Amino acid sequence: MIERRPVLDFVSHAVLILGVLVIAFPVYVAFVASTQTAAQITGSNPLSLLPGGNIYNSYYLALMGGKVAAGGTIPPGWPMLWVSFVTAMGIALGKIAISLLSAFAIVYFRFPFRGLVFWMIFITLMLPVEVRIGPTYQVVSDLKMLNSYAGLTVPLIASATATFLFRQFFLTVPDELAEAARMDGAGPMRFFVDILLPLSKTTMAALFVIQFIYGWNQYLWPLIATTSEDMYPIVLGIKRAIFGEIYVEWNVVMATAILAMIPPAIVVILMQKWFVKGLVDTEK
Amino acid sequence: MEKRVRFKSAWLPWVLVAPQMAIVLVFFFWPAGQALYQSVLQEDAFGTSREFVGLENFRRLWEDPSYVDSFYTTALFSVLVAVIGICVALLLAVMANRVVRGAAIYKTLLIWPYAVAPVVAGVLWLMMFASPWGVVSYTLQALGYDWNHLLSGRDAMALIVMASVWKQISYNFLFFLAGLQSVPSSVIEAATIDGASPWKRFWSIVFPLLSPTTFFLLVMNVIYAFFDTFAIVDAATQGGPGKDTSILVYKVYYDGFKALDMGGSAAQSVVLMAVVILLTVFQFRFVEKKVQY
Repeated sequence: MIERRPVLDFVSHAVLILGVLVIAFPVYVAFVASTQTAAQITGSNPLSLLPGGNIYNSYYLALMGGKVAAGGTIPPGWPMLWVSFVTAMGIALGKIAISLLSAFAIVYFRFPFRGLVFWMIFITLMLPVEVRIGPTYQVVSDLKMLNSYAGLTVPLIASATATFLFRQFFLTVPDELAEAARMDGAGPMRFFVDILLPLSKTTMAALFVIQFIYGWNQYLWPLIATTSEDMYPIVLGIKRAIFGEIYVEWNVVMATAILAMIPPAIVVILMQKWFVKGLVDTEK
Repeated sequence: MEKRVRFKSAWLPWVLVAPQMAIVLVFFFWPAGQALYQSVLQEDAFGTSREFVGLENFRRLWEDPSYVDSFYTTALFSVLVAVIGICVALLLAVMANRVVRGAAIYKTLLIWPYAVAPVVAGVLWLMMFASPWGVVSYTLQALGYDWNHLLSGRDAMALIVMASVWKQISYNFLFFLAGLQSVPSSVIEAATIDGASPWKRFWSIVFPLLSPTTFFLLVMNVIYAFFDTFAIVDAATQGGPGKDTSILVYKVYYDGFKALDMGGSAAQSVVLMAVVILLTVFQFRFVEKKVQY
């Protein structure tokens, strides 16, 4: 703070509080809706902003599934949460593993076509899977990978954000470390495992947070790569609950939305420091 | 930047890059090549016959009024999302950078929407505007505005813009905050001593220093609006009413997977790829200039 300006301080706090309230409001409404019954929600005009007494029932239905009064059946949400979890872990860990290796090769070795390999990996930064969605579907289908964890994860690993970040990081590691390792007679893999990996821990943690959220929130790819219900991630469950039924059970939909939101939100809030570092480093 | 110290091995680097190269070749270059190849083929819906039609698919696209409309829709949508999202985030970041007390709490409360899946954002906003019981649509009704995103294209567009901006604010906020924190305080102090008001200081010192960040965010927000908002559109409006919110990515999906026009969908993919490559090249050139500013 450079000078005292009480009025401006007051305005700052007011704007920030207003911003926080606007951002939190939709989630509050979703939570309130998830504590009411479906009839209470659609029958009220407008929706009551006070929590109702149906919280247990809504979340039980969202997690375990079951029949509802209007006649439809709600599919259980916990297998979808599991699919989301496995997919997000697979994408995060898979990307980190292959990117560490290729960034190590690109930074620490000189080999023929190194430039070509570098550019072939980096051009993938430009085109998200959404752009080549049709042909990617055909490739995955030809490889018989639809409705499998491999089909859900591997095509999304084919992007170079992590490789880029590790390369940037390796370039800042002092040359003396590699030199010393070589003088001590350590081979490249020894140097990689004993020196480079421990140094990269923070970068790995940062990337893990970003990639886990990226994987958890994927929508278009699972939408076309899965047709079997037991391979639906939770985000698809939400859509199905809205459009599949004649009568939308809003309380269950909102309970499912809250459940789908909690794991990535926990990851962001608990690992805030790393997440911010990774985000600002990757993109710039 | 290059390393002075290198390891020597004829085969090891190849083994190291092999996993990533394999995945990139199979799941990136192969489909990207297929998209290019299919964009010049005409295929019937069952895939039984295909013929080479040259640029016919592209010509059909430009003659298809719904595709041209989709371009306008996407342009309008991305400009709204980028401009509103950047302005709101900048305001919040400047305020958050000013306050001393509670700064960490504000930051945490403002960044968590990053974790929300776009489809969840779409559903949350859809419910706020559900008629007649949605909290916001009811309020609008009471104020005399007849909200109906199922009939009015403008309301539907407003709905997906709001949901998309809401989801993107945390991202913009973080970058602006990082940018603001790197503004040297000595410069601000000097200006203050010279009697510059906070308003004047912001526009003549801080904002010019933030311009690289703003430009970067402009590109990233346009890319976000192009691709990551598919789930928001699909959950909130499904491209409707009519085709009023059918952005380009939604149309690629719809034409390819619902209308089964693979050639047309592939041609659209190729156009999209060209747009992204242009944006990225633009950004890289800018990033290079930025180094000297």
